[in-house]
Amino acid sequence: MSEPLVVVKDLVKTFASSKGLLSPKKYVHAVTDVSFTINPKETFALVGESGCGKSTTGRLVMRLLHPDSGRVFFDGTDITDYTENQMRPLRSDMQMVFQDPYGSLNPRIKIEDLIAEPLKIHTKLSAEERRKAVHELLEVVGLRPEHADRYPHEFSGGQRQRIGIARALSVRPKLIVADEPVSALDVSIQAQVLNLLKELQQKYELTYLFISHNLSVVEMIADKIGVMYMGKLVESAPKEELYSNPLHPYTKALLSAVPIPDPTHKHNRIILKGDLPSPVNPPSGCMFHTRCPNCTEQCKAEKPVLREVSKDHFVACPYV
Amino acid sequence: MAEEKVALNVPQEEQALAPRQSRAKAFILKFIGRKTAVIAAGFIILLVIIAFLAPALEPYNPATPDYDAILSAPSAKHLFGTDEYGRDILSRLLAGSRLSLSVSLSSVTLGAGLGAILGILAGYYGGWLDSLIMRTADVLLAFPDILLAIAIVAVIGPGLSNVVIAVAVFSIPSFARIMRSSTLAVKQSLYVEAARSLGCTNRSIMWKHIFPGTVASIIVNFTMRIGTAILAAASLSFLGFGAKPTEPDWGAMLSTGRNYLGVAPHIVYFSGGIIFLTVLAFNLLGDGLRDTLDPKIQ
Amino acid sequence: MAEVLLEVNHLRTEFRKRKGKVTAINDVSFHIDKGEIVGLVGESGCGKSVTSLSIMRLLRDTPGEITNGSVILEGKNLLELSDKQMHEFQGKQMSMIFQEPMTSLNPVMRVKDQIVEAIRLHLDMDHAQALKHTEEMLTLVGIPDVQQVMNSYPHQLSGGMSQRVMIAMAMSCYPDLLIADEPTTALDVTIQAQILDLMRELNQKNGMSILLITHDLGVVAEMCSRVMVMYAGRIVEQADVETLFAHPKNPYTQGLLASLPRLGQHVDMLPSIPGTVPDLAHMPAGCKFAPRCKYAMEICAKEEPELIDMDQPGCKCRCWFVEQQMKEEAKT
Repeated sequence: MSEPLVVVKDLVKTFASSKGLLSPKKYVHAVTDVSFTINPKETFALVGESGCGKSTTGRLVMRLLHPDSGRVFFDGTDITDYTENQMRPLRSDMQMVFQDPYGSLNPRIKIEDLIAEPLKIHTKLSAEERRKAVHELLEVVGLRPEHADRYPHEFSGGQRQRIGIARALSVRPKLIVADEPVSALDVSIQAQVLNLLKELQQKYELTYLFISHNLSVVEMIADKIGVMYMGKLVESAPKEELYSNPLHPYTKALLSAVPIPDPTHKHNRIILKGDLPSPVNPPSGCMFHTRCPNCTEQCKAEKPVLREVSKDHFVACPYV
Repeated sequence: MAEEKVALNVPQEEQALAPRQSRAKAFILKFIGRKTAVIAAGFIILLVIIAFLAPALEPYNPATPDYDAILSAPSAKHLFGTDEYGRDILSRLLAGSRLSLSVSLSSVTLGAGLGAILGILAGYYGGWLDSLIMRTADVLLAFPDILLAIAIVAVIGPGLSNVVIAVAVFSIPSFARIMRSSTLAVKQSLYVEAARSLGCTNRSIMWKHIFPGTVASIIVNFTMRIGTAILAAASLSFLGFGAKPTEPDWGAMLSTGRNYLGVAPHIVYFSGGIIFLTVLAFNLLGDGLRDTLDPKIQ
Repeated sequence: MAEVLLEVNHLRTEFRKRKGKVTAINDVSFHIDKGEIVGLVGESGCGKSVTSLSIMRLLRDTPGEITNGSVILEGKNLLELSDKQMHEFQGKQMSMIFQEPMTSLNPVMRVKDQIVEAIRLHLDMDHAQALKHTEEMLTLVGIPDVQQVMNSYPHQLSGGMSQRVMIAMAMSCYPDLLIADEPTTALDVTIQAQILDLMRELNQKNGMSILLITHDLGVVAEMCSRVMVMYAGRIVEQADVETLFAHPKNPYTQGLLASLPRLGQHVDMLPSIPGTVPDLAHMPAGCKFAPRCKYAMEICAKEEPELIDMDQPGCKCRCWFVEQQMKEEAKT
């Protein structure tokens, strides 16, 4: 096996939320002790519900945020404390695709200039060469070269997401962090974009960090999956293993909650009680104990550690 | 990317795009719906044309006295009458339009430029730079505009070019404030984060991604401030800090006309009226532009 | 045969634009029986929300206008009622819950005051009775700490909790019909499971009919007995849920079902529908799906097909290709 492309060790990120001048400062625990590795040409998916810290983790890997503690290695280099200027040349190797195809493209810039922007920053191509590259990229993602001189608002959601992908692809990155790239899209368009991402991965030997809340989407694209809950990685395993043998009670509940588009399918649904606890005031012990169907006294007191139960299958629950 | 010919099996988007709708066209269509703003814009355009053509339009030389017609009331010969030296008021107002517009435009442009740069820096970098710039702006804003201008002119001396500087200085804080708040808003947008993730430098993020998003609010404030600047320049001239009495400045004319209010009120009426109309027009245009450009007011 | 509660016939809603009118929905006809959960599925912009707003006559503040058809609830045509009579119906006989529970609640009113107000509008109760009723309703929708929730403001509640409050409010006058417009789209999966469970329970206990509007075929499969599929403002297929998922007739439904990523079905590539949804102002003539359809024939581009009955009872489909196949089968 080759060297892993991304190694993340014990990442912690908290955000200060100051509500008023006089009230004491509160801290939102966005990410707590998250570790994982991503091998080249592999897709690692982070799944979890809103507010579980998956997007923050993605931004920490991209070093758009600086972790409070823990380390981020990219391609063997420790980039945790890199400054913005040190990061800049590296950005041609790591690109991001965003969830909201409406917000992530500057409405005042033409498609051509949007896609050419990374090329301008990271390559020494002439204006003419950039044009040519942009036209090719548009074709790669299934748009037409004539679209180059249009503005983002003239495109539909799916088309904009293609533009976002073309932009990320332009500098031939090694890693693409895709933050919920299809959740804003309609089902029929979602399939188009997922297929595109998969084809591009094979064609350009890309590595994906794929962030999603949708377990059905993740199953199609991921090789390895990490399940997050309240800022913690509770389970991580290769895809087949995770879907056929989920161990953590949260993963089980999450999988059973997915509506299946088959009326003949009979569920043994685990319905979790209650709501997500507040990340400002996370529960003691295991984060999941307030909603866990098999919670014990030990769960309330002790923080479980992520341990390997079988090869590459990690779980943070002492009872499995 | 360029070295390789790519042909992936990706379904082509067969659907043609929606027909192009130009932003400029949409803007004009929306703006035309606001009648007062359109009239104001028409008035300002007329004023600018007049300012350009002033030397050709003036029926008399605005500086040449005519001692046979001192303080004469409006007549067929002198449409707007004459002043205390017998100079034609209409000619002087026409010549004055050049002066007033150039003084206000240059001072507001100067103020807007500096204010915008300071505002974008304060908003983008935040921290001590933000505090320094914005607290200074707060101090300047605490003075009444005209008092500040008088203080500046008192320090650097009277004269039209110094009026420009004084008006520019008191325009800076309002532009800096507006720019800072727009910058803060645009900075939060996803496309700015996207630009960072691509590896854009701070400078290119500020100028290529943030600045264009703030132009609308700057334009609106610009038009509004021109009215204020004309008024301030006129006030300074009125108080004797600006244009010399020989120069055909609207404010200076109003100031001297005041002495003859009893015998020749037309001097004050015409010079005061033109100041009033111009300032009103710029304010109405500003209102109209704000309503059309600001997506929040629909 | 079950009793029909709601009948919608040939409903058409148009939106005024600067340049003329655009048709948002056209020829929408369906019915809902008493005690039934019916799904209305489609992608964004297909007109499913406009349909619900038209039925509730909530288009007043929009440029929309109903220009054809009838909506008959228990024998009365809602479109012919005066505004005052309609207010009687809204909330009492039918009520609605929306996708964003947060924005549907008044942010400056306590939860209990909002529900009490809604109750007293329709039921003959004094304040104390209404308050007690509110408490019962909130308990019914499974809120654990009723007193605390009653005294909270909407922003103090989580998404799932405020959707429960919305449902309690919608249920408070025991309506015969609940229109749920994407009730769980803004919620997380585990919370979605809770809310769907609650809706199913209320349907079984109180016999309330539900029109469930969603883009999620998984939710439809689990909740509904019958489904209508909408595309570009038209109902293109209608069937009972088993038939629709097992033997979809309309090419659009087929494409939609095929393009769904499914749990436990390990596929490498998903079949997808090429192209994008046409926007309202530039609808193709003829069948609206024709430009994206692999079975498109000459007639599809020219004339719009009708929603015709299929062989199976209760199943309808709008497609020239299906119609042609049926005729051929009839011959042989």
